[in-house]
Amino acid sequence: MAKPKLAVYWAASCGGCDIAILDIENKILDVADFFDLVFWPCAADFKYKDVEAMEDNSITLTLFNGAIRNDENYEIAKLLRKKSVVLCAFGSCASEGCIPGLANMFDKQGIIDYAYKQSPSTVNPDGITPQTKVKVPEGEITIPAMWNTVWTLPQTVDVDYIVPGCPPQSNQIAAVVEAVIDILKNGKELPPKGTVLGASEKTCCDECPRERNVKKIRKFVRPQEIKIDSKICLMEQGLICCGPATRAGCGAKCVTAGIPCRGCYGLPAHVRDAGAKMISAVASVIDATDPEEIQRIVDTIPDPMGTFYRFSMAESMLRRKQTT
Amino acid sequence: MSKKITIKIDGKPVEVEAGSYLLAAIESLGIEVPAACRYPFLPPRPVCKLCSVEVSLSGGEAKIVESCSYECVEGMDVRTNTPAVLEARKKALANMVNRCAENNLLKDIAGQMGIADEIKFGKELCTCIYCKLCIRVCDELVGANALSFKKGKVKEEEGESTPIVLDESKCILCGACAEVCPTNHLRIEEEHDRKLVHHDMELGPNSAISLSFRQAVPNVPRIHAEDCIHFRLGGCRVCSEVCPKDCIHYDDQDVIEEFEVGTIITATGFQDFDPTPMKQYGYGKLPNVISALEFEKMNNAASPTNGRIVLEDGTEPRAIAILHCIGSRDENYHPYCSRVCCMYAAKFAHLVKEKTTAEVYQCYIDMRCFGKGYEEFYKRILDEGVTVIRGKAAEVIPARYHREEEGKLLVCVEDTLISKFREIPVDMVVLCTALEAHDNASEFGRKLNISTGADGWFIEAHPKLGPVSTTTDGVFLAGVCQSPKDIPDTVAQAGAAAAQAMKLMNVGEVQMDGAYAEIHQEFCSGCKICNGLCPYNAITFEEDKKVSYVNPALCKACGTCVAACPSGAIEARHFTDEQIYAQIEGILS
Ligand SMILES: Cc1cc2nc3c(=O)[nH]c(=O)nc-3n(C[C@H](O)[C@H](O)[C@H](O)COP(=O)(O)OP(=O)(O)OC[C@H]3O[C@@H](n4cnc5c(N)ncnc54)[C@H](O)[C@@H]3O)c2cc1C
Ligand code: SF4
Ligand code: SF4
Ligand code: SF4
Ligand code: SF4
Ligand code: SF4
Ligand code: FES
Repeated sequence: MAKPKLAVYWAASCGGCDIAILDIENKILDVADFFDLVFWPCAADFKYKDVEAMEDNSITLTLFNGAIRNDENYEIAKLLRKKSVVLCAFGSCASEGCIPGLANMFDKQGIIDYAYKQSPSTVNPDGITPQTKVKVPEGEITIPAMWNTVWTLPQTVDVDYIVPGCPPQSNQIAAVVEAVIDILKNGKELPPKGTVLGASEKTCCDECPRERNVKKIRKFVRPQEIKIDSKICLMEQGLICCGPATRAGCGAKCVTAGIPCRGCYGLPAHVRDAGAKMISAVASVIDATDPEEIQRIVDTIPDPMGTFYRFSMAESMLRRKQTT
Repeated sequence: MSKKITIKIDGKPVEVEAGSYLLAAIESLGIEVPAACRYPFLPPRPVCKLCSVEVSLSGGEAKIVESCSYECVEGMDVRTNTPAVLEARKKALANMVNRCAENNLLKDIAGQMGIADEIKFGKELCTCIYCKLCIRVCDELVGANALSFKKGKVKEEEGESTPIVLDESKCILCGACAEVCPTNHLRIEEEHDRKLVHHDMELGPNSAISLSFRQAVPNVPRIHAEDCIHFRLGGCRVCSEVCPKDCIHYDDQDVIEEFEVGTIITATGFQDFDPTPMKQYGYGKLPNVISALEFEKMNNAASPTNGRIVLEDGTEPRAIAILHCIGSRDENYHPYCSRVCCMYAAKFAHLVKEKTTAEVYQCYIDMRCFGKGYEEFYKRILDEGVTVIRGKAAEVIPARYHREEEGKLLVCVEDTLISKFREIPVDMVVLCTALEAHDNASEFGRKLNISTGADGWFIEAHPKLGPVSTTTDGVFLAGVCQSPKDIPDTVAQAGAAAAQAMKLMNVGEVQMDGAYAEIHQEFCSGCKICNGLCPYNAITFEEDKKVSYVNPALCKACGTCVAACPSGAIEARHFTDEQIYAQIEGILS
């Protein structure tokens, strides 16, 4: 019997997810052993035309990381969808937009202007900006056009499963791989479409070892501003911990180490907009009734959009900032 | 029980308890014996020697003894009327009479002995007869040891007026010495009836043990520990000695009893607005400026004035001003109308007209005669000659224009109907103080899960459709605690509240609204963000499972926790996220 085929792709991402796959230690040997690796640009030299040449539905499993923010990302997403039996949005960028998604707070022109002209570290006396086409002596070269808005994989193509995390924790990846191998080997039924793999139904607080009490907050602080108590819930200490509105699965790594949860494990099972949920949760525990006092406390929240929508901007109900 | 013995008094055999005092046995036969140094709650100590009698024991020689402190023994023969007895008493009396100013006690005793003409009082100015009762009561009963006799003679020429020396640092002002002094030489000076023994009891019966007022429920006296000699110094216990039913237990403590109940009617009423901060009316500073409740108490037939309307000096007033809206309809204090003041003010005016010949001036903003028969009552007091002035009194000041106005008051008011500023001389001012919510109303409300409005009154479920129920099922409101109202309205609301409570009790169970918040514990991560948010205290944390729980019987489906739960673990039944999203999408499509 031919081995099942595996593809791994990166779109708009940092590459951390690919590293995370390599980071599953000796399980990677099981992967190499069990699967026939047909496409993994980060690890080996494959060409798009190799994929195009494959028969539809010939790839058993594709782990797709990275958001969709240009023509190329989108083309390959569509291509891999067509060629794969199971397409998995792997990691935060693919499933919810992640850091690239924060670009939705701006528009394309604004980003290009800043990156190529305005940023303090830019030296660009000729004012060169990226073009999609350029004429060279050998002919015309094209590069994919950047989009105005960053999209998630499920927003652009039909996705079967989601593996959250920035990046997904290696133990969770290993468990997912093991489960997939088990299913394929033993002919078991696949989990229902849309299932979030490698995470739980509860939130980060569930895995967090910190002691918690009724919360009453009179001032928000950043981690460097206080001496963090090692036992008590970080939120109670005035830190904005996104743990309560973030899916459990990471093993509460950050909060255990004393750093507030940033929210990389994505939406909890029953929440439609994690940022909005965090905002209403935080608003509920502000300990003041006088509007001016409340305003003063709210003003101590550092970078609200970056804090509450750090990972979920692209997939949130806001999706992007309205720009003219 | 002690042994009975038989003795003979003036030839008559009498059965008495062995060891009891002779004076009691003599008096039990109706024989009068003069006595000036005894007090029922002190053991007898012979000082005055007026109670002398002749006693012979088992046929022995007769001798003179003080009967008040002489113990009875078997077979004793007592003579109360021999010449020797009379001689001894005369001597004792002369001894006392010589040392004090004329007083009724000794005159009466002399009269009783038939020697009224023979006695001649000394030149002293003070009536102390040296019975020592005051000193003894202070030492032995009160335990304050504040009194003693002066050493040496009282030097009247040097302004000394009494042989009794008071150590003010020890005196607790209990008044026992004045109470026992048989000649009224020692007195506790009291101002007219406003003198307090207990701060709660201004214008009420003044004693450390008393009924709070005649109609008190339960109608039993209680001890005001702050004033009781026993609680202050450990002595006294006189009340327990005199109580025939053994009802006085000094060791009793307040106990907190817990009852399981299914319904609660809240009828905690109001507290009287304290007008002291409104300095312009002089309450607490000027004489005869009193609050409405104080006036009401004075009018009570059981008051110290027996219901008479009098000034602090005990005389009848000739003009009284009744000032409406003190603390009510006033942005600085209570913006609301206290609703009952206009009518009780009219009642006060009527009472004054009925009981005295005084002029009555009522200064009002609006005369709110809202109820059945009220407008008619208002007409009636006008017929009775009450002067009503439309205008809120601005100030009450002492009248000082003429010498004869000393002690009188001037009420300054703009009479808005004639656009004239008036100064009305009166000798009593009654302030119609606002009804206000108890200081601790909101704290109390939290215990019952009911809320108070900005003005402190408890909030009803609905101002028109749910005026007796609250947002907490099974808790009802009656009376002023919900808002100012008069007795008829209070009684009506209380009846309705009782009926509502009965309805629930009859059924024995409550029907709940289908809409309430539910925590899906399988998704709750125990972050405790919802804990402490519920205005109805419906949320508890289950420590064993480390998840939160909503008690559906308490939840009012306000949605606060639903919005707050960052895990999306709380669902508002009948207002689910899906329903709301569907509505939004429907609107937007
Ligand atoms: C000066 C004056 C004159 C008035 N004259 C009239 C009049 O002539 N006619 C008329 O119709 N109305 C009159 N009123 C109004 C009348 O007093 C009220 O309508 C009536 O007292 C309201 O009754 P209530 O039971 O609601 O409150 P209240 O009479 O205040 O009774 C409340 C009771 O609850 C008790 N209580 C409070 N807190 C607690 C607690 N936590 N636990 C247990 N017990 C508690 C209080 O001690 C009190 O006994 C007058 C009011 C005033 C101030
Ligand atoms: S809010 Fe953060 S620190 Fe607090 S319990 Fe949740 S994950 Fe832990
Ligand atoms: S008032 Fe009381 S304490 Fe004071 S001297 Fe008299 S008996 Fe003693
Ligand atoms: S013990 Fe009784 S009699 Fe004595 S002061 Fe106290 S209440 Fe009055
Ligand atoms: S919905 Fe409102 S009343 Fe019900 S439990 Fe939540 S906060 Fe309490
Ligand atoms: S807010 Fe939500 S997750 Fe947190 S304790 Fe309450 S029900 Fe549980
Ligand atoms: S009464 Fe007996 S000595 Fe005074």
